[in-house]
Amino acid sequence: MSQIHVTTKINGDETEFLCGPEETLLDVLRDHLGMTGTKEGCGTGDCGACSVTVDGRLVCSCLMLGAEAEGHEIGTIEGVAKGDELHPVQKKFLDHAALQCGICTPGFLVAAKALLDRTLEPTEEEVRYWLAGNLCRCTGYDKIVRAVMDTAAELRGA
Amino acid sequence: MMEGPAPTSEGRLHDPVAHDSAHKHVAGTAVYIDDMVEPTGTLHACLGLAERAHAEIVAMDLSAVAEAQGVVAVLTAADIPGANDVSPTGKNDDPVFAEGAVEFHGQPIFAVIGETREAARRAVSRAVIGYRDLPHVTDVSDALERVLPHVTEPLTLSRGDIAAALAAAPRRLDGRMRIGGQDHFYLEGQIAMAVPGEDDDVLVHSSTQHPSEVQHMVAHVLGVPSNAVTVEVRRMGGAFGGKETQGNLFAAVAAVAAKRLGRPVKIRPDRDDDMVATGKRHDFLVDYAVGYDDDGRIHAVDAQFAARCGFSADLSGPVTDRALFHADNAYYYPAVRLASRPMKTNTVSNTAFRGFGGPQGVIAAERIIAEIAHALGRDPLEIRKANFYGEPGRDVTPYHQTVEDNILPRLISELETSAGYHERRAEIVAENARGGVIRRGIALTPVKFGISFTATWYNQAGALVHVYRDGSVHLNHGGTEMGQGLFTKVAQVAADCFGIPLDRVKITATTTGKVPNTSATAASSGSDLNGMAAQDACEQIRRRLTAFAAEKWAVPEDEVVFEPGAVRVGAERIAFPDLIEAAYMARVHLSAAGFYKTPGIHWDRAAGKGKPFFYFAYGAAVSEVRIDTLTGEYIVDRVDILHDVGRSLNPAIDRGQVEGGFIQGMGWLTTEELWWDDAGRLRTHAPSTYKIPLASDVPRVFNVTLAEWSENPARTIRRSKAVGEPPLMLAASVLEALSMAAGSCGPHFPHLDPPATPEAVLMACERARGGP
Repeated sequence: MSQIHVTTKINGDETEFLCGPEETLLDVLRDHLGMTGTKEGCGTGDCGACSVTVDGRLVCSCLMLGAEAEGHEIGTIEGVAKGDELHPVQKKFLDHAALQCGICTPGFLVAAKALLDRTLEPTEEEVRYWLAGNLCRCTGYDKIVRAVMDTAAELRGA
Repeated sequence: MMEGPAPTSEGRLHDPVAHDSAHKHVAGTAVYIDDMVEPTGTLHACLGLAERAHAEIVAMDLSAVAEAQGVVAVLTAADIPGANDVSPTGKNDDPVFAEGAVEFHGQPIFAVIGETREAARRAVSRAVIGYRDLPHVTDVSDALERVLPHVTEPLTLSRGDIAAALAAAPRRLDGRMRIGGQDHFYLEGQIAMAVPGEDDDVLVHSSTQHPSEVQHMVAHVLGVPSNAVTVEVRRMGGAFGGKETQGNLFAAVAAVAAKRLGRPVKIRPDRDDDMVATGKRHDFLVDYAVGYDDDGRIHAVDAQFAARCGFSADLSGPVTDRALFHADNAYYYPAVRLASRPMKTNTVSNTAFRGFGGPQGVIAAERIIAEIAHALGRDPLEIRKANFYGEPGRDVTPYHQTVEDNILPRLISELETSAGYHERRAEIVAENARGGVIRRGIALTPVKFGISFTATWYNQAGALVHVYRDGSVHLNHGGTEMGQGLFTKVAQVAADCFGIPLDRVKITATTTGKVPNTSATAASSGSDLNGMAAQDACEQIRRRLTAFAAEKWAVPEDEVVFEPGAVRVGAERIAFPDLIEAAYMARVHLSAAGFYKTPGIHWDRAAGKGKPFFYFAYGAAVSEVRIDTLTGEYIVDRVDILHDVGRSLNPAIDRGQVEGGFIQGMGWLTTEELWWDDAGRLRTHAPSTYKIPLASDVPRVFNVTLAEWSENPARTIRRSKAVGEPPLMLAASVLEALSMAAGSCGPHFPHLDPPATPEAVLMACERARGGP
């Protein structure tokens, strides 16, 4: 099967890859680019474990073909920290113990950062519904919601 | 000699230390099995699943599968070199691949091994399998009516003359309750990767709570001794019981393929196949008769717990046993008969799930209480209190273990006050009395949960500790990490034993090559067992170091003390690495294998008597809900929890277990519905149709408190208590609150069975009004 050449930007870096026409962006990230922080939970866009941003918009990478990334900017969990310096929302997840098994955590962080990039004044209800596309089976969500609210407050300088 | 570093609180026992992998989790660098770098030449397997609930296989043509692009091999039962069986209890009823007949829709029949996962998945659909249908039963009530066999030996617990006690009681009620099952919905699905070695050897990376069982099963299926098989797991992306036995099949398929083809083989079913082909929490049908009096005191309980076990035994024996062990929850039943009926059905074989049958027992007990309260027009909490285990004469369980550590009276009393239960209930009752579309409910329910495997021999654990010359410590034990924070807690124990910072203890992957014959990380026992085993190993090394230091520095042994930051030898403080280097030069053995077995427990299943539990863990919750009586939709507004974890090894991790367990229990009792169609197909096989709680579903006010005053009277690791399972049952308060809200619609008992989906709540409102 012929491969498609794709030029894109991932976490700010110009990236080129070859992928099959049927391969999802998730497959490309994990299997071709070795970026395994993005996870497959359901493969049908219902769990959010594969969350990435495409031009700043939150997307399930299992629902998007790799070829569709052509010309777009992709953001993944690997780009949330700046080198060794964690993003404030990552730090707050640590402070609030907002994780257990950790496999949904990258998706939550990408989703939370996408919200915080949009607004630093989300209400708790906005946070809860914004994150309703991300499933977590371990934590019961409370600490996650607190961590995101706390991050917003910190970034506001509140 | 030097001054030791200042004592650090970092990583000390009883501190809220972060999960050991937390940094990797947030950075996305924690490696789960699917993230491991695949060795060159790795192949991928996909299972071919039955498309009938019960049928003979009359023809099977897999030639088109084998010829498909990218397919390397097709495996069926005929290709299994050893036994075609992964029954965890040795019943030989759990084939890897169905042979001759299929017994549930979704049963694996064959596996395709392809160059890529996609090639293997595509090829599966090319199979041509001829079936001759046989009658099938998916529902437990049908299984009872048609007298299907038990998959395993039932259990009866009894005391007293039940018929006489029921007859003599001033009041009696009879009822039936359905309790739904639950899919684990671990976010990381089942997965195994097998790497072939020389001779018979194979290394299997398996997402499993029970590496030793996977090892034994893979050996059994390959027909090789266990010593040829090594099973390893660093972490799981959730498990909840769903990886206690359910990983066996995947590991076996990967191993058989890897040994046959001489290449690494990975198998990772997609979510739909995972949900269809792996076992779940048992659904139950409970029939009960209760004798009680005008004060709401129970005189007698006669109950039958029939479970949908699926086509094979798996763990249904111990699961249905545990349903009976918890059918009393926190209540004394003077005369009692509890019987299990582990029914065979043509569904996937049900398995362990957090609570392990216990939650179903607890839910039934709370239903009985609620029904008595309704009949007497009383607050259910008064009925609960009237029936709590208490003074001698009212302190023996249906399995004849005396309850000696009951802290529920204090726990309940504190929670009633902190949650403002009585004021809020009075206000809600008054508001409901005014009518209206929105009705509210509030309930306080307790949990008493027995800690220990009821299979007494499982209550053992091993650990392996090495201290290297630089004073760094390598820690290994039989427990597995599934997100619950076990590795962190056990590392805290080890660091505390040596007085070293937590970051000097290396937490390592669970592997059958280091600690053999381990038990599943299950029954909430992980920290209790492995913490003690690790402590034993550390103490052995510490004793050798103590003897060495006493001799070298000529002080009595009791003057060698492992303090935080340094070892005090007489008047001097010696840095731990310096002591280790000196000990090494003096040829002191710096490695130890630790072991632990829970003392004092015994269980005679045939007699239904014994002391199966080392101790009980307690907790209580108050939940408040609002329902829309026109649609059945509801909101859980507020939850207050007071939970007993003894003297917590790590309050941050324990709180996480309480919160997560509660919400998982809430999902089980509310929105999570498993639904099979008439053809025996599970139609709720993905998150699109199976609804676990979301961030938007959970209570806005969620007050979780650990009972800080509690200390385990049993000699557990630092007097802590197990916490994995008990909090799940706190969610009974949500079901009971919903029941109260629905019940306010009319004079009749609403009989709200879980899962209390909006549809079920709507019907319960109708029932309260006198509907069917």
